[in-house]
Amino acid sequence: MAEVEIRALRKSYGSVAVVHGVDVDIADGQFVVLVGPSGCGKSTLLRMIAGLEGITGGTIRIGGRVVNNLPPAERDIAMVFQNYALYPHKTVAANMGFPLRMKGMAKPEIEARVAKAAAILGLEPYLARYPRELSGGQRQRVAMGRAIVRDPQVFLFDEPLSNLDAKLRVQMRSEIRELHQRLGTTTVYVTHDQIEAMTMADRIVVMRDGHIAQVGAPLEVYDRPANVFVAGFIGSPAMNLLPATVAGGGEVEVGGTRLAAPEVAGLAPGTAVTYGVRPEHLDLADTGLAARVAVVEPTGSETHLVLHMEGRDLVAVLRDRLAIRPGDTVRLAPRAGLHHVFDATSGVRIG
Amino acid sequence: MAVASQDNAVQTGRAARVFVYLVLLLFALFYLLPLYVMGVNSVKPLEEITGGRMMSLPETFTLAPWASAWSTAQIGVEPTGLRPYFINSLLMVVPAVAISTVIGALNGYVLTKWRFRGDTIIFALMLFGCFIPFQIVLIPMALVLGKLGLAGSVPGLVLVHVVYGIGFTTLYYRNYYAAFPTELVRAAMIDGAGFFQIFWRIMLPVSGPITVVSVIWQFTNIWNDFLFGASFGGTSQPMTVALNNLVQSSTGVKEYNVHFAGAILAALPTLIVYVVAGRYFVRGLMAGSVKG
Repeated sequence: MAEVEIRALRKSYGSVAVVHGVDVDIADGQFVVLVGPSGCGKSTLLRMIAGLEGITGGTIRIGGRVVNNLPPAERDIAMVFQNYALYPHKTVAANMGFPLRMKGMAKPEIEARVAKAAAILGLEPYLARYPRELSGGQRQRVAMGRAIVRDPQVFLFDEPLSNLDAKLRVQMRSEIRELHQRLGTTTVYVTHDQIEAMTMADRIVVMRDGHIAQVGAPLEVYDRPANVFVAGFIGSPAMNLLPATVAGGGEVEVGGTRLAAPEVAGLAPGTAVTYGVRPEHLDLADTGLAARVAVVEPTGSETHLVLHMEGRDLVAVLRDRLAIRPGDTVRLAPRAGLHHVFDATSGVRIG
Repeated sequence: MAVASQDNAVQTGRAARVFVYLVLLLFALFYLLPLYVMGVNSVKPLEEITGGRMMSLPETFTLAPWASAWSTAQIGVEPTGLRPYFINSLLMVVPAVAISTVIGALNGYVLTKWRFRGDTIIFALMLFGCFIPFQIVLIPMALVLGKLGLAGSVPGLVLVHVVYGIGFTTLYYRNYYAAFPTELVRAAMIDGAGFFQIFWRIMLPVSGPITVVSVIWQFTNIWNDFLFGASFGGTSQPMTVALNNLVQSSTGVKEYNVHFAGAILAALPTLIVYVVAGRYFVRGLMAGSVKG
């Protein structure tokens, strides 16, 4: 086990820079999720930690040791790939034992360690099978087995659940999380799925265009997004982000409606801001934002409303089953203190 | 319902099917005719052939023409039969096929999984090599072989065929490995495998189909080559050249039955390679061509 320290890390392909000076500290035993839309540089960052991708600038330390120029095998890491990357001509046991064989370990010890890992992952009945004879979830488990037999300092996961169906994904999510709690190995996990990030991480690193947009605990990122990008990316359905102006007296004006926002008290009236409120923080009320219902989506446990408000879409999530139909006009009030205000030009959080 | 192997074939009527099979049968017979002629005449005494009964089955069955072709027939000035030349051909074809296939596999591996600046240009140049006619390189090749001291020897012929074959084998393996998931190579790197270990333990075990293609292609081309053998064979000429010397000899009686036997002997190894490995041939060609 070890901590990972990334300092001013940069990556360019020729003249195209894809990672611009990233700093991340990962404490020993922590489960960190790198999340962001595709092309944000998260997979590149992971591959640089793994040593599969050269480093243009900056340093990576694993367990206090600079690994910039070490080949992957000497970094004491293990990686799980999106498409499993199992060796098709080897059995499950041979797949899991391969890294140990490469280390020149004695056969009895390889067998013992493979058996131990197989027991942890429930793979004992499949050890003699070939990857093509396994289901997607079993293959993913073998890939994890191949990673844990080595007992590495750091686990790296590159979108490991993207190829699985929705139900299996939820199951594997908690399995990976449980495995981490059991082994306590430092883990870096890449995903584009913000639900995976929220549910699995000790700490989330939200990335955008090769920069870090925010680092924090999942609920911290959810409750206090540092900027408009994070606000819109984390949470589902996504946060409503509405153009607003400072009205004075600790209020903002959104589409003709004045809403309380104490954090703007210091700003000059008329300043343009972005007002954000999560769909689950909107309640039906007599006052508040007036909007026309466009679509009603009952999910069973809650009701999603898609509304139009002066040419903008607004989404609300209500816990109750209501007799609302498309075409109705309703008023929605943000819950006190659960809104967000961002600078209209820079997108940075205010307050 | 159609059986699995035909489920993407179009269903046809009975009459159409009978017609198709008849035509196929006709063509098969047509193409088998030369083999028939060679076969029956190689086991006849010479008088039966010269008597004008070339198409009929032998009246007296004899293996003497085969024995003669193999060990006593006059090749050039020596009455050695084809045997020493057959051995020359084997000594040439086995290392040439093995070396060119291994180098092609290594090239394909590097060109797809260890890419470097200018790799596409190098690949294009190798492909270009496939299209250079043999005749153009004869004189420079003779020069190089002379300088290396390999002129007129089996190792010289092996070198010539390896150089000529690498373009093709590289093409095969490159296209095959292009469809091979790179993440497996990455996983192996993380697992601690080096350049040659990845090649040996990860790439080669899954290269069966394309290796069959490469071996058949190289074996057929090298075994059947006449030009290089005649030009650079010297004292260790291959089978094809010897066969020519046997058949084209302009003195004495033309022993057609011996010639037929010799021709079959010369064609036999490629025939065996096809029969043994042929079933993988088409499959292998497809396997390499889908993605690339």
